[in-house]
Amino acid sequence: MPAPTAKPSLFLLALFSFFFIAPLAHAAKISDITETDFLDRTVRFFSFADPSLRYALAGSMLLGIACGLMGTFLVVRKLALMSDALSHAVLPGVAIGFLWSMTKNPFAIFIGATIAGLLGAATAQAITSTTKHKEDAALGFVLAGFFAVGVCLLTMIQNLPGGNKSGLDKFMFGQAAAMGREDVLLLAGVVVICVAVIGIFYKEFLVTSFDPAFARSSGLRVQIFHYALMLMLAFAIVASLQAVGVVLVAAMLVIPAAAAFLLTDRLPRMLVLAAVFGMLSGALGAFFSFVGRNLPTGPVMVLTASAVFAVALFLAPRHGILAKWWRQRTRARRVQRENTLKAIYRVLEDEGFRSESVSLRELAEHRRETLEHSEAAIKTLEHHGFATREGSDFALTPPGWKRACEIVRNHRLWELYLNHAANIPADHVHDEAEEIEHILGEENVRQLEKRLNYARRDPHGKLIPGLEDIHGASGRFLSGHAVGFGPHRQ
Amino acid sequence: MNPEAPADSPAPLEVHDVSVAYHKKLVLYGVDLTVPAGRLVGIIGPNGAGKSTLIKAIMGIMPLSSGWVKVFGKPYAKNCHRVGYVPQRESVDWDFPVNVMDVVLMGRYGHLGLGRRPSAKDRDIARACLEKVNMLPFAQRQIGNLSGGQQQRVFLARALAQESDLYLMDEPFVGVDASTEAAIITLLRNLKENGKTVLVVHHDLATAREYFDMLMLLNMRLLAFGPTKEVFTPENLQNTYGGRLNILSEVVQIVGETKL
Repeated sequence: MPAPTAKPSLFLLALFSFFFIAPLAHAAKISDITETDFLDRTVRFFSFADPSLRYALAGSMLLGIACGLMGTFLVVRKLALMSDALSHAVLPGVAIGFLWSMTKNPFAIFIGATIAGLLGAATAQAITSTTKHKEDAALGFVLAGFFAVGVCLLTMIQNLPGGNKSGLDKFMFGQAAAMGREDVLLLAGVVVICVAVIGIFYKEFLVTSFDPAFARSSGLRVQIFHYALMLMLAFAIVASLQAVGVVLVAAMLVIPAAAAFLLTDRLPRMLVLAAVFGMLSGALGAFFSFVGRNLPTGPVMVLTASAVFAVALFLAPRHGILAKWWRQRTRARRVQRENTLKAIYRVLEDEGFRSESVSLRELAEHRRETLEHSEAAIKTLEHHGFATREGSDFALTPPGWKRACEIVRNHRLWELYLNHAANIPADHVHDEAEEIEHILGEENVRQLEKRLNYARRDPHGKLIPGLEDIHGASGRFLSGHAVGFGPHRQ
Repeated sequence: MNPEAPADSPAPLEVHDVSVAYHKKLVLYGVDLTVPAGRLVGIIGPNGAGKSTLIKAIMGIMPLSSGWVKVFGKPYAKNCHRVGYVPQRESVDWDFPVNVMDVVLMGRYGHLGLGRRPSAKDRDIARACLEKVNMLPFAQRQIGNLSGGQQQRVFLARALAQESDLYLMDEPFVGVDASTEAAIITLLRNLKENGKTVLVVHHDLATAREYFDMLMLLNMRLLAFGPTKEVFTPENLQNTYGGRLNILSEVVQIVGETKL
């Protein structure tokens, strides 16, 4: 019984627009100074004049690609927690790398961070293999423990002479603007390695991720590929630290890949999509960080990535929220139409098919609803070509008649089947048949008819429309009038 | 009966005094057997008897605590390309972004080198295997969109694509519909007629007698191994399944039916 929904929707739309547009108009008046700044900075960004900006943008996009590629394997291998632990475990390595070179030498930091990361992974492995603890507790310990050590070391460094000018605190949440030429080269190197290794050994990574037991049985050294993946992951994490920061780099690994997973069923496409989403988030993160007066890049990138994820969740073609809602709505409407057709058939049947047309009142009485509801239902049928009006009465068109017969046939066949083959009493079969009638396909129906020996009556004694009834009757249709059973068909 | 194998070729599978421990608990102890070529062998025993463990130990997925395994006369690692494997269905994540064709192509990886892509010929073989299990129309479907029986058939197609001489299958009949079960057993019998050797971990006593021409009764130890008629006796089954009366009574009934 569809109630008209147009009026409340329009109202909501108007309310929405008011709340959105009004403040913007208001803001244009009072914040002229900040508006100019924003535009100014945007223009400056896109002119790419600033070398540090160029490095920041290039670096951010490269790290987005690297994180997207590695993140894909993390998501399908269910290693997100592992990557989070690994990325937090590198912090002490960063501090020690600095202490060893006493400058913010990216290579020293890279080596220190990688060693710390691998140490963290080894610690987690040792905990699971020597104690009764499982992987989640072990990783949780490594994540928190190593990170704490790193924070302490960083604080100590800040207190050293010249320490608080090192910019090491930026490693917590990332500052893309601090990236220099060597950082970008490092990231470019990481991306090249990832793309090359994944490209050459794609099928090996695929089978070891999907079915490690089968991979082992066909002679592949599964452990080696696992370590290779972990090493590339460590590289991606460490190279991204400068821009995204230790705390949130795991998010940049997981979120673009998670968004990609929602949009495709094939791994190659997932890799590409994840890289693209990562690159987009990286670029936008650098942009907003620059324009927003030195907002930390890490959180901004993650926000962008999350926005992409939300859009993917909503708009994904098959699994997305919008798609699911649309499918349900379409299905519900089809069921309603078919129920109306069925009701019309029954009204005609109750009168012994003497007349071909039905009045709105008869339909409303039969379904125990208001005249408005019946009117709306018939309008829908008309719209789909299943019914035509004849004054205050209406009749079914040949396609409408065909579908009505099919639904009634499905319903009664199913009732007979349940009653006959499953020994369910005749007064219990109606409700299930009400649902099944809409989904039975032609092949199932042929099988049912055969199984039930082409029976003509359902458990309640009503006629089951057969193929001749459906096609024979509509075959007699010539001039656009509705058709029904004539008296001789009884 | 066995046209392909010459008389002096090594046996497809030789297991000598194999023991396997898992988390310090003994799961298999002193298993010793030789499987002749061209047979359809069923491995039966109660839950936790070590049946899957035996398969995994043969392939080197689980380490041996003692003993050795030879496949066609050589250690498994040297002859792994002659062995096809069908794992348990639940061991895989069905949400993984691959379609049916991708999975069957994995069966060809053992014949390709590292870093080599599957060729057109590999794709043709994969398609032929899909055709044998009636799954070719589903080639582009993501594997999570299949029924249990269909998933099992995809695994089977992958094993067939390996073009092996010895097949190891871990509970392929669990959770499949009747028509898939019939299709699988027909396929296995075809393999046997072509001289292949098939070992199947099986969960259902009633059908074990009917499907396999040799049976292995396993409950941590190997309790019996030989032609089905000789091995499938109440005494052997009692020893394998322990004092589980409901199983016993079912089996007594089955044996009684055959004597009628």
